[in-house]
Amino acid sequence: MAVEVISEGSTKSDFWDGVRLSMPVVVASAPFALLFGAIAVDNGFSVLEAFLMSALVFGGASQMVGIELFGQHVAPWLIVLSIFAVNFRHVLYSAGLGRRISHWPVIQQALGYFIMTDPQYAVAEARAASGKTVGFVWYLGLGLPVYVFWVVESALGAVFGNLIPDTHALGIDFLLPIYFLGLVMGFRKRPLWLPVVMASAVASTIAYKTVGSPWHVSIGAIAGVLLAVILPPHHSGVGERP
Amino acid sequence: MSTTLWIIIAGAIATYLTRVGGHLVISRFENIHPRVEAGLNAVPAAVLTTLVAPAALSAGPAEWAALVVTALASLRGGLMAMFLAGTAVLILARQFVG
Repeated sequence: MAVEVISEGSTKSDFWDGVRLSMPVVVASAPFALLFGAIAVDNGFSVLEAFLMSALVFGGASQMVGIELFGQHVAPWLIVLSIFAVNFRHVLYSAGLGRRISHWPVIQQALGYFIMTDPQYAVAEARAASGKTVGFVWYLGLGLPVYVFWVVESALGAVFGNLIPDTHALGIDFLLPIYFLGLVMGFRKRPLWLPVVMASAVASTIAYKTVGSPWHVSIGAIAGVLLAVILPPHHSGVGERP
Repeated sequence: MSTTLWIIIAGAIATYLTRVGGHLVISRFENIHPRVEAGLNAVPAAVLTTLVAPAALSAGPAEWAALVVTALASLRGGLMAMFLAGTAVLILARQFVG
């Protein structure tokens, strides 16, 4: 790679390079932002609260999980713990991204981690792998549109969610399990995926029938994770990055 | 402040900790123990499964059909394709099964 000339022109084009790469993510996440807003209102959130959650948490799957548990009147600390658990994969991204952005000023790094999502990490990692520098301006161009659209569309979804008369006919009460199954299937290439899913499914179902909601979430999750920890490492293929 | 607001703020802090924590903590270690890494790799599938399995069990034919189609669609398409396929089946099936 040639020596980068830091000028206003290259900074500008870096930003728009990032914006261009953000567009597929913006399009793909739009329905989920709208859906989140609608479900949030359906589960007892106000429009402002749905907006705030998207603006402050900015993590689609964890927001869906949080809303689902909130609707089931789960204890607040367990909702927060579940949001933490669903987002825990970020710890790995964070460790990986840290090697790419450690040359940024601390404030920029702090902001960079705030807008780090699955696609943000994946695209930044791909850029680093191709030998290019992950610059702050480029990174911001990639992440800012995703953030702005996510927050605005969540609020829109919440406003229109209020107007939907029959949520059952539109299936809104069961969209989350479908969405979560989609996410589960998305991880199917990971080592130990099937045993982990089976263990979590069986344990959470038994816990749901015996101990009851919301404990089935923690119990089922612990069962799956424990299985992965207990099985000999050559089964889990560690050393490979997710 | 309402409980809801506290949940949102605490959830936001917890999320930010995961985003900055890997860099702050894990990057200090030379390498992660293989079993810990295997456990971390299993976290998303393990958590998300618990949100599907019990809901599926206490649902009916319309929901089951939707889940089956979602799983099948996932073998070919992306997240959006499977979500739309599952949702379409759910809405359609509920018109008949209720």
